[in-house]
Amino acid sequence: MKIPLFIFMGMVLYGFFLILAFTGSWLAPNDPLLIQMSERLQPPSFTYPLGTDHLGRCILSRIMAGTHTTLGLSTAVIVAVAVIGVPIGFLSGYKGGRIDAWLMRVADGAGALPEFLVAVAVAGFLGPGLWNVLLAIACVKWIAYARIVRGVVQTEREKEYVLASIVSGSSGWTIIRRHLLRQAASPLAILVAGDIGRTILLLSALSYLGLGAQPPAPEWGAMLNDGRPYFQAAPALMLYPGLCILLVVLACNMVSDGLRDTLDVRSKQRGIEI
Amino acid sequence: MSECMQVRHLSKHYARGGKHVIAVDHVSFTIRQGECVGLVGESGSGKSTLVRLLLALEHPDQGEILFQDMSLTRTNRRVLRQLRQHIQVVFQDSTASLNDRLPVWRSVLEPLDNYAHVIPVFFRGVVLSRREQAERLLNIVGLAREHMDRYPHELSGGQRQRVCIARGISLCPQLLICDEPTSSLDVTTQSQILRLLQSLRRQLNMSVLFISHDLAAVAQLCHRMLVMQQGRIVDACKVDELWLAERHPYTKVLVSAAR
Repeated sequence: MKIPLFIFMGMVLYGFFLILAFTGSWLAPNDPLLIQMSERLQPPSFTYPLGTDHLGRCILSRIMAGTHTTLGLSTAVIVAVAVIGVPIGFLSGYKGGRIDAWLMRVADGAGALPEFLVAVAVAGFLGPGLWNVLLAIACVKWIAYARIVRGVVQTEREKEYVLASIVSGSSGWTIIRRHLLRQAASPLAILVAGDIGRTILLLSALSYLGLGAQPPAPEWGAMLNDGRPYFQAAPALMLYPGLCILLVVLACNMVSDGLRDTLDVRSKQRGIEI
Repeated sequence: MSECMQVRHLSKHYARGGKHVIAVDHVSFTIRQGECVGLVGESGSGKSTLVRLLLALEHPDQGEILFQDMSLTRTNRRVLRQLRQHIQVVFQDSTASLNDRLPVWRSVLEPLDNYAHVIPVFFRGVVLSRREQAERLLNIVGLAREHMDRYPHELSGGQRQRVCIARGISLCPQLLICDEPTSSLDVTTQSQILRLLQSLRRQLNMSVLFISHDLAAVAQLCHRMLVMQQGRIVDACKVDELWLAERHPYTKVLVSAAR
C-alpha cells in the first residue's frame, strides 16, 4: 500500500507521542509529582535530562506523564464525539423530514456557541477540571460530525447506485453500512485527524488558563502556565511543553492535510511504499 | 404467454416550485413473460418517473402495479423485498450506478449478498467462492478476470454498463428494466450492449422493459413498443407496425425524426 510521505511523517510523529502516552509515566526517569525545593530550577543533568521546574520536579518526567493526559484524552474525546455525531448524521440525513429538521435545529443552536466559550462557561458552572472541559468540547464538537455525514448522505442517497442497491433488496441499514459509510469515511478521517490537533490545542489553552487540568497534575498547557513567571530566567520550563504541543498539533495537521490531498480514489498517489 | 407485469391507471404528480406537474398520467400496460417492451418518448415525458414507480422507489398517487398478480403498490415491506428479487434495473448513467469506492466485483455481487439463498441458473451444480461467482457473472457479460478488482473509474463507459448489466441479471430476474442503458455510450458500444441484452434475454427468458429515446434501438431489441408523451401512453404497437399509416401523430413525428 502506498502512503504519501506527508501523511507518513505525521503518523510517525503522532505514533511516537501516542506510544509515549501509554508508556510515558512508566518510562519517566523521575516521579513527575515529587517536589524537591532544594533541586528547583536545575539545569539539565544526568538525573534531570531537561532540568527541573520551580518546585524541583523533573521536567522530562512531567512532559512524559503529561502526554497521557493531553494526547490520550484528546484522542478519546474525539472518538467519543464521532461515535455520537456519526449516527445522528445518518439518522438525520437518511430519515429526513421532521427528525432531520429537529436534529439540525439542535445542531444549529449548539453550533452557534464557540467551543472555547462553552468550555469557560461549563468550567464556571461545574468548576474547573479536565472532565468538565472535555464535556464542554463534546457538546459542541459532535455537530461537525453529524453535519458532514448528513451532507454525504443527502448527496449520495439520490444517486443511482443507492437506488440500484434498494432495488436489489438492501435495507436502509445495509445501504448505510455498505455504501454511505464508505463515502463518509474520507471526510470523517480528515476531520478526526484535524480535530485531534485542535482539541489538544484547546485543552492546552484551557489548562493554561487554569480551567482544565488542576495542579499538581502534569499537563502541557498547565506546565506552560507554571513556567510563565520564570520565563526569562528559565525558558526551558515553557520551551519543552510548548514544543511538544507544537509537534503533536503539527503531526495531526500533516495527517489531516495529507489525507485531504490523497483520499480520493481517482487521484494518482505519490509516496513511499509501505 | 402469461403476464409478468400489469400496470393499471398509474398516476403520479409533483409539486415543483408551486406548480402542479403531472409526471405520469393514467398509464396502463402489460408486459408478458419473456417479452421485450420498448418505451419511447422525449425527455421530460415521464419515463424516469414511471421507472421509479415500477421499481417501487416511489409511491403512486393512483393506480396499481401487479407483478405476477401480486401488488407492488399495496404491500408490506417483507413481501416487497421478496418481489424485488424478481425485478432488477439497469440505469442510464453507469458512472452514478456504481459506488466509486467499491471494486466492481463487489458491486456485481450486491444482489446475491442480499439474497444469499438464491442460486441463479449459471451457478447450479457447482460450488463457487464469492470471487468466482463475480468472475463468472462478469464473464457472462463479456468482461475478463482482470476487470474484477478495478474501480468504476478505471473502466470505460461500455465496460461499466456491462458491470451494471451483470449486477442486473445476477438474480435471474423475471423482469429487467433498462432505463436508457445505451444513451450515454458511443454508437459501436451501443450496438454491442444491445446485442448483449438481446442474447441475455433469450438465455434467461427474462421480460425486458427497454426505455429509450432511440427508435432504432427499440426496433432492434423489442417486440412491442409504447410511446409516451407528457405522462400519457399515446400509442402502443408491435415494432413492425411502426411505419403504418394509422399511427398516432406523435409516433409519426418520432419516426420521421429518427430517419
